[in-house]
Amino acid sequence: MDMNTIESVVPTTDPTQWRPGDAWLAGGTVLFSYGSPVGTEEPLKRLLDLGQAGWPSITVTNEGIEIGATCTIAELYALPDSDAVVRRDWPGLDLFRPCCDSFVASFKVWNMSTVGGNLCTSLPAGPIISLCAGLDAIATIHGRHGSSRTVPVNEFITGEAKNCLAPGELLRSVHVPASSLSARVAFRRLSLSNLGRSGVLLIGRLDPNGGFVLTVTAATKRPVQLRFAAADLPDAGQLAAAVALSIPDELYHDDIHGLPEWRRDMTFRLAEEIRAELLDSFDADVRPAVSGDFWPPHATSPQPSTQPASTQKEAPNGN
Amino acid sequence: MAIEINGTATEATPRPGQCLRTFLREQGNFGVKKGCDGGDCGACTVHVDGTPVHSCIYPAVRAEGHAVTTVEGLASGGELHPVQQQFLEQQGFQCGFCTAGMMMTAATFDDEQKANLPRNLKGNLCRCTGYRSIAEAVCGTGADGHKAHDAGAGRLGDDVPAPAGRAVVTGTARYTLDVPAEQLPGLLHLKLLRSPHAHARIVSIDTTAALRIPGVVAVFTHEDAPAQLFSTAQHELYTDDPDDTRVLDDVVRFIGQRVAAVVAESVGAAEAGARALRVEYEILDAVFSPHEALLPGAPAIHGDKDGEVARISRPFNNVVAEVHSELGDVDLGFAAADFIHENTYQTQRVQHVAMETHASIAWLEPAETPGEDRLVVRSSTQVPFLARRTLARIFDLPEDRVRVVAGRVGGGFGGKQEVLTEDLVAMAALKLRRPVQLEFTRTEQFTATTTRHPFTIKVKAGASRDGHLTALQLDVVTNTGAYGNHAPGVMFHGCGESLAVYNCANKKVDAQAVYTNTIPAGAFRGYGLSQMIFAIESAMDELAVGIGMDPLEFRLKNMVRPGDHMLSTNPEPEEDVFYGSYGLDQCVALVRDALERGAQRYRDAGLDELGPDWVTGVGSALSMIDTVPPRGHYAHTRLRLLPDGTFDAAVGTAEFGNGTTTVHAQLAATALSTTASNVAVRQSDTDLVEHDTGAFGSAGTVVAGQATLLAAQELALRIRAVAASLTGVPECVLEDGAVRCGDRTVPFAEVYDAARQQGVELATEGRWGGTPRSVAFNVHGFRVAVNTSTGELRILQSVQAADAGVVVNPRQCRGQVEGGIAQALGVALYEEVRVNDAGRVTTDILRQYHIPSFADVPRSEVYFAATNDEMGPLGAKSMSESPFNPVAPALANAIRNATGVRFTSLPISRDKIYLGLKDAAEPSAPAAELARS
Repeated sequence: MDMNTIESVVPTTDPTQWRPGDAWLAGGTVLFSYGSPVGTEEPLKRLLDLGQAGWPSITVTNEGIEIGATCTIAELYALPDSDAVVRRDWPGLDLFRPCCDSFVASFKVWNMSTVGGNLCTSLPAGPIISLCAGLDAIATIHGRHGSSRTVPVNEFITGEAKNCLAPGELLRSVHVPASSLSARVAFRRLSLSNLGRSGVLLIGRLDPNGGFVLTVTAATKRPVQLRFAAADLPDAGQLAAAVALSIPDELYHDDIHGLPEWRRDMTFRLAEEIRAELLDSFDADVRPAVSGDFWPPHATSPQPSTQPASTQKEAPNGN
Repeated sequence: MAIEINGTATEATPRPGQCLRTFLREQGNFGVKKGCDGGDCGACTVHVDGTPVHSCIYPAVRAEGHAVTTVEGLASGGELHPVQQQFLEQQGFQCGFCTAGMMMTAATFDDEQKANLPRNLKGNLCRCTGYRSIAEAVCGTGADGHKAHDAGAGRLGDDVPAPAGRAVVTGTARYTLDVPAEQLPGLLHLKLLRSPHAHARIVSIDTTAALRIPGVVAVFTHEDAPAQLFSTAQHELYTDDPDDTRVLDDVVRFIGQRVAAVVAESVGAAEAGARALRVEYEILDAVFSPHEALLPGAPAIHGDKDGEVARISRPFNNVVAEVHSELGDVDLGFAAADFIHENTYQTQRVQHVAMETHASIAWLEPAETPGEDRLVVRSSTQVPFLARRTLARIFDLPEDRVRVVAGRVGGGFGGKQEVLTEDLVAMAALKLRRPVQLEFTRTEQFTATTTRHPFTIKVKAGASRDGHLTALQLDVVTNTGAYGNHAPGVMFHGCGESLAVYNCANKKVDAQAVYTNTIPAGAFRGYGLSQMIFAIESAMDELAVGIGMDPLEFRLKNMVRPGDHMLSTNPEPEEDVFYGSYGLDQCVALVRDALERGAQRYRDAGLDELGPDWVTGVGSALSMIDTVPPRGHYAHTRLRLLPDGTFDAAVGTAEFGNGTTTVHAQLAATALSTTASNVAVRQSDTDLVEHDTGAFGSAGTVVAGQATLLAAQELALRIRAVAASLTGVPECVLEDGAVRCGDRTVPFAEVYDAARQQGVELATEGRWGGTPRSVAFNVHGFRVAVNTSTGELRILQSVQAADAGVVVNPRQCRGQVEGGIAQALGVALYEEVRVNDAGRVTTDILRQYHIPSFADVPRSEVYFAATNDEMGPLGAKSMSESPFNPVAPALANAIRNATGVRFTSLPISRDKIYLGLKDAAEPSAPAAELARS
């Protein structure tokens, strides 16, 4: 919708230019979805436009993948098929598409919305948060006067719609390390509706060094990560105990997209499914339990009930 | 750098914070619609350099130097894009407000995307159709695999396409705000400051700073508003609703209520003006639940009013309306019962989410005599004539000085049976003598219009072992929110047909509609029935389980049959309701047979075993509805023969996807032996006909259609008479669009000429008053699978049988049924307008209020009973609200059958299913007791 309080759009990537009343404009899909409603106390006055930043969207090196904050979700979705990664043995790439498909927003919105935008909005269900936290990505943040710092995405998000950015700071990029991309991964997600907003989203990783990393998102107000060294891999009971210890009840998110008690129980359930998939089922014949609506990827058919061709014969009209 | 729109570079440049949607509309591209303005619904989809985007969240400045294609640019020359052609052929729309966005999205699909519509259409919401017809339009195939649809001759029983179809698919259909700027010179925009408090007295409003803002023209407060109290609810008799509302009041009774209206040269300036208002409030005590509101000492929300005058039952107790009745003796009935079910059922607040938000424009039409100019209001309304009456009453104007018109309306569902914007623009236009427009945002829809009434229903029901209902006792409390619009009607209607459909000698009802300091409830498809039917049909299921009988068998034993009195709260049946036809028994049989076939299909396909976590079950529910609302529903039609031998029908009812326009044309065509395409229907303008109560209460076909049929039958007689005098053949008959007089066939055009020479105008009028009334029935059945470990619910089969009498347009009627099912699934599974402890609506955007998307709606099997109604036009009955009514209880009953757990409150979301099953599995838990009771 229109942001009628905006007086100017300033093309810049320099945090020094930022002043109160400014917002960084990436894809604009979040800012423009809220507009500047009458009830807002201090409405925005300027948009600092990153549209002409010229930041590379995706740079692939042996060290991993550097994703520019202005990389669109559509570009991210296209990555696993691109020449840049197609010959690399990075099973972690399998997470990119299901995470994109976890957006409640459609593929059309992906043409505009950005990786940085999703991270900075910092909603519990932000799928790029899930992806980046799940792969131990590191965020690079630009500050005033050319300063710069890095922070793991896992710590970047500090609560519901809260992050560690100081006013005016700018998320520049995230780096997904090759070590995580080389891991075996597992993905689980539940929503209250088919293809709806994530209520629980868990990502598991069995790293090349044998360590096991479980990242809980959507169910909790911020990402929660459980790490187990190769020598210390959990069985079902140990994992459940670790989940219970790591996530106090009040950290489970409570909104229209899922009751906290459900999110908690589903977190335990999906955590165990992931543990079993990554740690137990080396036997190819044992198929791990998979809860949820679109993983592994398949065409979703919600319409199993079909109209027989002959309805009119069974129930003729009139007379 | 210029923005190119549909091949032409535009000279205009966007404002800094403007989104592409409004920029495109300002350039005249009215096909770009606002559904949510937040990127969720897709109605505004356009292409930028060929890529589909949601233009409402696309910064317009980013489009500079790029080429934008809107729906207006989709066709090349006069040739429709294949997707447009398919939407037209498959009639993949009802109100049509989402259609441009659907087509702009689908036009980019490859075969792989078409194969996964749940995923690829999740960014396009439709509130009318239930998506089946959209799937067929996108893929270009009908249900039966046929590409083109044979619409027949365009008479009774044919699948006549909507006359507006071509306009809808080309984006040229004009909805409320699709008025070119040059037609409204000097247009002003109105924005509202809304109350941040649930209950407060306005001490003062300082408008100084607001009036200083450039572009602000005026600020209106309670000091400017007429003193006349009225109800936003619109009924044939305004006395059906309490007079408890002012245009702008000095007391606010819910968060979101209008405080002041700022009128300015632009929306932005009006917003800035609203932001600059300084309001001092005296906070008053507030109550947020009916339970609190009924407690002694609770603040009386309308305690300042005289109950007699305002028609409020007990203002000091916050009771708007109530009914207390007992037929027979329920105590005796329970004593005779072998099994008694007692439970409390709860339904939630839900929002209509019509894709077009409330909006209106008012201006003055100059008259020759000074001081007699007319107020004209163009509004998104289901009730133009009643809106006119209400505006005349509020502003003390003679009715002939007010004209209300509606363009095509982007969905209604009862939400537009209210005056929520028209009074404000009328007040501003009358005072400022300039055109004034008000368009609600989607958030205003959620926080400050109306919702369905939440009901709390205590049921006690008893049955004998041989399967007879011995007693039915209901204690009902409805939450009408801060104002009583539709409160009496919804409560009474809710307690009507829901009980009357069962024979039971002992029925007791205590019902109250209660004020709270929350968003007002209003009219919504089903009008109280769906809430009561959820409770009663759940209870019937429990009784059947309790006595060990098949639930459908139990219903067959107890449901009314022709000859049975239909009784609810009055010992005498309604004097004008009859069994004009009866198809309930057929509906039950159709659903039962279909569910059995479905079970067989699943067995044959080997799908019975979903996995160890899954359980399956079936359930069903029935519903009855009177075909017309009580106490008068009037319609008037003017019909005339035109020189070219076609017909012009002027009718009152608005078209918002309900399909009545097609029905009018078909009924007239049938009586006149012509085709529907030869009957042009003009509508929804208070200048066209004398009166029309409006398109609500399922009255489109059976009342307005009846008036048109009567006019057409009269016109047919007169055409025959003229033809007889022309040819000298006494017995002339209408046949295939002409008059056959013996051997001679006289075309209608020739009849017209003959009549003109005789000085006769072949024009007739039809009137219908909505009485006597008949009854219509719906039965729904589900087969579901429930994942006991996650709460996930899958609908394996959905079946509805409808007794609509003679179906005038089967394709359209099926669409009404499918759309009703989809809306009801939203209510049953997802939707809830949440109000927090402070009385604030927290679900104020579509991302917080999930309406069914393509992925959520199963294909339903739809069957029609074979009946022919004695009262309806050519045997037809109503079928617009009622398909909604049996869906939620049928689903709850199927879940009960699958899991053994009774869910008593809506929505039955996956988290609640999981937690309910978990509770029931713990032996000591009270829920388990309930489940077994």
